[in-house]
Amino acid sequence: MAQTLQRTPIHARHLALGARLVPFAGWEMPVQYEGVIQEVRAVRTDCGVFDVSHMGELEVEGPRAPELLQATLSNDLDRLSPGEAQYTLLTNERGGIIDDLIVYRLEDFRYLLVVNAANRDAAFRWLKERELPGSDVRDVSDEYALLAVQGPRALERLGLPTAPQFTFAEGEIDGIHCMVNRTGYTGEEGCELLTMAADGAELWDRVLARGAVPCGLGARDTLRLEVCFPLHGNDITPETDAISAGLAWCCKLDKEFTGVERLREVKARGPERKLVPFVMEEKAIPRQGMSIEGGGEVTSGTHSPMLDRGIGLGYVPAAHAATGTDLSIDVRGRSRHARIVKKPIYKREESR
Amino acid sequence: MPATESYPDELKYHNEHDWARIDGDEAVLGITWFAQDSLGELVHYEPPNEGDTIAKDSSYGEVESVKAVSDVIAPLSGEVIEVNRKVVAEPETVNADPYGEGWLVRIRLSDPAEADGLLDAAAYKHVVAES
Repeated sequence: MAQTLQRTPIHARHLALGARLVPFAGWEMPVQYEGVIQEVRAVRTDCGVFDVSHMGELEVEGPRAPELLQATLSNDLDRLSPGEAQYTLLTNERGGIIDDLIVYRLEDFRYLLVVNAANRDAAFRWLKERELPGSDVRDVSDEYALLAVQGPRALERLGLPTAPQFTFAEGEIDGIHCMVNRTGYTGEEGCELLTMAADGAELWDRVLARGAVPCGLGARDTLRLEVCFPLHGNDITPETDAISAGLAWCCKLDKEFTGVERLREVKARGPERKLVPFVMEEKAIPRQGMSIEGGGEVTSGTHSPMLDRGIGLGYVPAAHAATGTDLSIDVRGRSRHARIVKKPIYKREESR
Repeated sequence: MPATESYPDELKYHNEHDWARIDGDEAVLGITWFAQDSLGELVHYEPPNEGDTIAKDSSYGEVESVKAVSDVIAPLSGEVIEVNRKVVAEPETVNADPYGEGWLVRIRLSDPAEADGLLDAAAYKHVVAES
């Protein structure tokens, strides 16, 4: 498996900063620069920047583009006007999740889908195979670089006005043209900047010059878990459904889309398992794959730097999924206590 | 603050990136600069119990960073007579001072001759260079 790893347009900058690089979804990506904990703190208290150029961008265009996407994505696309975005799921016939993504309505008949790096090909092929006459699906990932600038001071540091979440506009940062999206994966204020691949490294430099702390995938995973955003491949997969995962809010069950019948059944009958957030009540760090006593499994786990304790997401039997329920997690042969909590696990006012 | 890379001459090393400071029939054990740097900032230390018997080349505890967990391998066999509570409470002590305040356990050696099989600093540096 000596396959060559792909590199983003920012790769040389990561090397120059001394980042620790790791293989991720076929890409060589920075997992950390100075350290995960201080990178998490930077995003929670000020501003951090992540190179997320490994993520895929698909463009869907044409008079029947809305029809194609309304029939394949779970959320209600009709609610989107040009300049707006929404979180949505690409579902299979079993109601499983092929990918979770953000769809941006660029124009009346032109959409941009930002998909997970690991699912770029699967999502593209799924949509391409279902193309209608008058709906063109293209993988435009290689044309762009994508930087996520996140934190309470992110917009201020970039000199950008505030704007409602899940909106976007054309803009520029120090003369570099980009699409400014009020989206992110950290639970903080901030934006994601989509720019031409050739301008990516220059944009990165400008964002750093404005005081953003470079952050790697380690911090990104910890930040998203603190606010209970699911990670595809861990918490949601083609074998898990949106209802069990607590994602019914982004599924419009009274429209027709792939797998909707199955989701209606699960909703009507009630899911057998539910994805729940939990915190450790003892000193221990839960990890993906650990079993939860009584028939459950940890799907994501980490140490929360903000709460200074182990946190995670996992599936448990629906009958034992209420907030406050005690869990016992098998941490490499030792039983450790945890408790189901409300989402999000971390909120600023509760931090120590 | 993270420590700078070093491998003190007075210590003995195990190629799984552990060190021993031998004093008569006792030894203090810990993980090397290389080990803590590979893991990143430590956030958890799962120690053995005082009184446990630990065996050379076997795991006697675990250390974890935000992203990773690693077994700690015993360079020597013996009985645990003290666990470093400071590291249990503040695991980042290992990053700051891996050979001093960041020690992990003190043991009473069951076979002091085992030390003859450990590496000196120069030999261990070769192990690190090839890792």
